[in-house]
Amino acid sequence: MKEELFQQKIDKEQKIEPKDWMPQDYRKHLIRQISQHAHSEIIGMQPEGNWITRAPSLRAKMILLAKVQDEAGHGLYLYSACETLGISRQELVQQLHDGKAKYSSIFNYPTLSWADMGAVGWLVDGAAIVNQVSLQRTSYGPYARGMVKICKEESFHQRQGYEIMAEMAKGTKEQKEMAQDALNRFWWPSIMMFGPQDSNSPRTGNAMKWKIKRQTNDELRQSFIDKTVGQAEIIGLTIPDSELKWNEKTGHYDFGEMDWDEFWNVVNGNGPCNHQRLVHHQKAHTEGEWVREAAKAYAKKQELVTQ
Amino acid sequence: MSDLFTYTLRIADSSLILGQRMSMWCSKGPTLEEDIALSNIGLDMFGQANGFYEYAAQLDGTKSADDLAFNRNEREFFNHQLVEQENGHFGITIARNFLHDVFNFLFYTQLSNSKDETLAALAAKSLKEVKYHLRHSSNWLIRLGDGTEKSNTKIQEGLNTMWQFTGELFEMDEIDKQILSAGIGVDNTALKNDWDTLVNNTLQKAKLNRPEDTYMATGGKKGLHTERLGFILAEMQYLQRAYPDAKW
Amino acid sequence: MTENTIVWEVFIQSKNGLAHKHVGNVHASDKVMALENARELYTRRNEGSCIWVVKAEYIVSSESEDSEAFFDPSNDKIYRHPTFYTMPEGSKHI
Repeated sequence: MKEELFQQKIDKEQKIEPKDWMPQDYRKHLIRQISQHAHSEIIGMQPEGNWITRAPSLRAKMILLAKVQDEAGHGLYLYSACETLGISRQELVQQLHDGKAKYSSIFNYPTLSWADMGAVGWLVDGAAIVNQVSLQRTSYGPYARGMVKICKEESFHQRQGYEIMAEMAKGTKEQKEMAQDALNRFWWPSIMMFGPQDSNSPRTGNAMKWKIKRQTNDELRQSFIDKTVGQAEIIGLTIPDSELKWNEKTGHYDFGEMDWDEFWNVVNGNGPCNHQRLVHHQKAHTEGEWVREAAKAYAKKQELVTQ
Repeated sequence: MSDLFTYTLRIADSSLILGQRMSMWCSKGPTLEEDIALSNIGLDMFGQANGFYEYAAQLDGTKSADDLAFNRNEREFFNHQLVEQENGHFGITIARNFLHDVFNFLFYTQLSNSKDETLAALAAKSLKEVKYHLRHSSNWLIRLGDGTEKSNTKIQEGLNTMWQFTGELFEMDEIDKQILSAGIGVDNTALKNDWDTLVNNTLQKAKLNRPEDTYMATGGKKGLHTERLGFILAEMQYLQRAYPDAKW
Repeated sequence: MTENTIVWEVFIQSKNGLAHKHVGNVHASDKVMALENARELYTRRNEGSCIWVVKAEYIVSSESEDSEAFFDPSNDKIYRHPTFYTMPEGSKHI
């Protein structure tokens, strides 16, 4: 009965709020998805943070730092949304450190040149935005509101990446090579960010029924590819997919087969940077412990003074 | 090189190098909230650096702000040695920034009355940001000083390490004197009393000891630095140096 | 992980004259830090003129099971709305 009422609400496009009754699996699915999303924002700070000290102009430095800072902010918005489901941020971070919670595999690839800042912004943020725009309509209120805020703030992220790519693509020979190389390395991992194909994605069923997800992996992926091909053409870079072709009949681009062995390999912890990213996060967390303890101790003393 | 150009460049250099240091905290903060706060300070410092470099570039007439930031060597950088010191642990960063924030607060307060309208405007804008930085570093100084025994030891260690770099803040060389007598610059020596008072008050609240004035390092104004600066520049300037023909 | 940070709910007034609006939460050990953390996180784009932070534990919420009892009784009290009343034709400014 409760479950029926819940589903009716969802079907009528009404949002579910923290105090509302919800099936355990709905809660579990949300915690998994939102925390994975939050962890991705946080771990995603590293591959770009990697280049802040080397950004080649004052402008580029400020933009990149502001962008990475936004990612920390977005992580916080998402942790905040996730906490409304009755789990603490400490628990979520613990799950990340224990390897029980995942983050997007894309951040396990290294950023090797300045052009990678372009590729990450243009492709990785581009792919993330396609997903996030869709999630603005997700059924859980706090998650949807978080997404609205994130989408609003992220609109500059993709542009700054594309601007870097465009600038380099029309620059010196070496710059153009760097840009093409970055595209070559980030293209496939980016389109794999949307997850397994629908035919091979067991969880999509309930997520669609509960309107946690509003579009399937394949729909989102197609929409990203359709948008991006033209952008690559305009700046004179070549997408590394020989099967990429406009299909008059479907009104979409056809594209080649993704390397799912690599995908699962990276998901399962064997990407080039999996270990490094997690250790970095754990290290920062451990090194900050005395600071957090001190702040707590100070707050306690202050309370005693005011009582 | 005009005196005004050098004077402006020195301010810009300290802002840039401190910004560079702060940006190294990104993704390493003790909490996620604090990570964002540290980045914000970094962004403010880069913004200030950019403003002063733009003005220096305008005074110079041949170089751009980016040329000034990315194409000078160690001996041509005039920042305070204090800001190039390594971040170390959070307590070291807070101690370094606190000592510099107090100076910046007093310095920009004076500079905002400069006869040079551009410098006055840049100082007024910076002052707003620096007030917040000072608030941030003071609050942390107090929390850490009056937190746990461990944190007290660590922040005291930070103060002790950084103390020798504070003498330089109040130095006046010929250029400073020229610019001061033109009604443009700040009398750094005159800031010392207020600096002492502000620092002492906060140290007292934080239950920390003021380190002894023993040896004070000097040289930043002449382009003499600790070994740290070379590494900062090597990293920061790498792309500009490796691809001199490229635009980014 | 031993620590439990305090969660603070954050309300931002975007400009004078408007109401404070809930925007999310921050973690902080004391109220000064809570205010500063809220400033860093929620006003990065010039969104604020005033910030409230309040410990999340102090917020009392109605329960959704109670929502019928709480909110339905006002449904049929339409006389609280100005459109309920018939005004003589031609009357103005009322």
